[in-house]
Amino acid sequence: MSRYLLGKLGESALAIWGVVTIVFFVSRVLGDPAVLLVPVGASQQDIDTIRASLGLDRPILEQYVVSLVSTLRGDFGMSFQQGRPAMDIVLERMPDTALLAGTALLFGSIIGAVCGAIAALKRGTVSEFIVMVAALLGQATPVFWLGIMLILIFSVDLGWLPTGGAGTWAHLILPGLTLSVFVSASIARLLRSSLLDIMREDYVRTARAKGLLPRTVFFWHIARNALIPVVTMIGIIAGELLGGSVVIETVFAWPGVGRVIMQAIQSQDFPVIQAGVALIAAIFIVVNLLVDLLYGVLDPRIRRR
Amino acid sequence: MKSFFLALIKSRAGLFGFLLVLVFVLAALFAPYLGLPSPTRSNLVARMAAPTWTGLFSPGAHPLGTDELGRDILSRIVHGSRITLAIAAASVILGGIVGTLLGIVAGYYRGVVDRVLMRVVDIQLALPLMLLALLVVAALGPSTRNLIIVLALTSWLRYARIIRGQVLALREREFILSAHAIGAGTWRIMLKHLLPNVMTPALVIATLELARIIIMDAALSFLGLGVQPPNPSWGRMLADGRVYISTAWWIVTFPGVAIVLTVLSVNLLGDWLRDYFDPKLRTMR
Repeated sequence: MSRYLLGKLGESALAIWGVVTIVFFVSRVLGDPAVLLVPVGASQQDIDTIRASLGLDRPILEQYVVSLVSTLRGDFGMSFQQGRPAMDIVLERMPDTALLAGTALLFGSIIGAVCGAIAALKRGTVSEFIVMVAALLGQATPVFWLGIMLILIFSVDLGWLPTGGAGTWAHLILPGLTLSVFVSASIARLLRSSLLDIMREDYVRTARAKGLLPRTVFFWHIARNALIPVVTMIGIIAGELLGGSVVIETVFAWPGVGRVIMQAIQSQDFPVIQAGVALIAAIFIVVNLLVDLLYGVLDPRIRRR
Repeated sequence: MKSFFLALIKSRAGLFGFLLVLVFVLAALFAPYLGLPSPTRSNLVARMAAPTWTGLFSPGAHPLGTDELGRDILSRIVHGSRITLAIAAASVILGGIVGTLLGIVAGYYRGVVDRVLMRVVDIQLALPLMLLALLVVAALGPSTRNLIIVLALTSWLRYARIIRGQVLALREREFILSAHAIGAGTWRIMLKHLLPNVMTPALVIATLELARIIIMDAALSFLGLGVQPPNPSWGRMLADGRVYISTAWWIVTFPGVAIVLTVLSVNLLGDWLRDYFDPKLRTMR
């Protein structure tokens, strides 16, 4: 087990290095931030001074090594725009992103799991049909448009909820609901098909044949195995959501990590882009590691390997 | 082929998706000949006209209303579908070719090639696709060509992973062994023997990827990184219409309905193709 874990950690470290490297080179293509920082009509000399003070006049490989070394120390440098440590700027938005992601994951998973189970157990009934149509629609709807439609109904027409921003519980409802729909649609469809696959297995027939209660068969023999692909899916979605859904944060003016990175890309604030992307990649990788460990709990065969 | 179409007609969901896709593709292909008003000419007299259904075929009718510049929304949606579908199709083809070929190479050679490729996939998977797309579009600049590259970039690894898995199993089969035995070269085996056998899963992935890419393309243009104005694009129409949400609900409603219907029909078709050809792919995504 520990060797398995070490191997996974090694892979994770490699993946983070890869991401940091990609982001370094991609963000250098974005443009010259010094030009954006000086007032209009500044002389070339002023621009050069600023470039030198940001370390941008150095050869690109030297900049890369310097940034890699400081990344190892968790230091992503100062934001060009705000003059504060870049990681601080990203980290202070994390609670808001985590709140939204957590809400959507919690409600989305519960709704999705219940609907998926109903659809699989009530095969061929109206309930299955309704759940499947709803899930198909949910998957075909872009989250940002769903968000706009909810704003149209609940904020513009009914005036019940704020159109955007953060701070109170009322602000959380619409973005949370939007993302929950997206989460539950994917989970319901996957759980249904995975339940239907497992129900056909021989060992399920055996369990039924030896007279176990239907409930016992469902929870111990079917659900436990059907959950394995669902856990993978939840892991992927959790990573995406914790990385900040740029689009939904834009629609609802939600002050999360995704929006900070989007703004940093627009203002070519390299350190903030790098800090943000590195943080998201790290979260993504940690979540995936947790998913791998969860596999071991759900499926003992994987633990032994 | 005949049994394929028979099965398609028998499945209601698959047929529904197929017909809807057909309608959208035809509408996109023949958009200039449908007698719609110009999608780009503004008409300030008819600014933000509400949808009207009386006199549907008279020249001044706007069945889905007009936008803030008085442009006909139905016409913009239909013309927008040309660009959206063209970009989505091009990126699916590009991503599909690259991903499938890399998957075959990795699965056939195994060893170092395979390990390096799968590491690259892992590294890319450590970044949310949307973030990757944002970064790359911002770096390359928002042009149609760059958009296709970026969308293909978010797509190739799905093919690579699944096709690799299939090839790993295929290469031990007898017909590949006998191809070796009669002295077929590496390229011949990969292109003549392996490629035809992974075309079906590749096609299934491509259909489902098409739906995902249409949404991502809309999201990118919603953020202002897609096709640039005055060309109509669905995501852009939503972003522009958001300002007028309290006075003109139709501007932000109908482009979204177009996206939902398109993605829904492609998904229905894709799901059916997958269940028809290879239900095992269901949990491989």
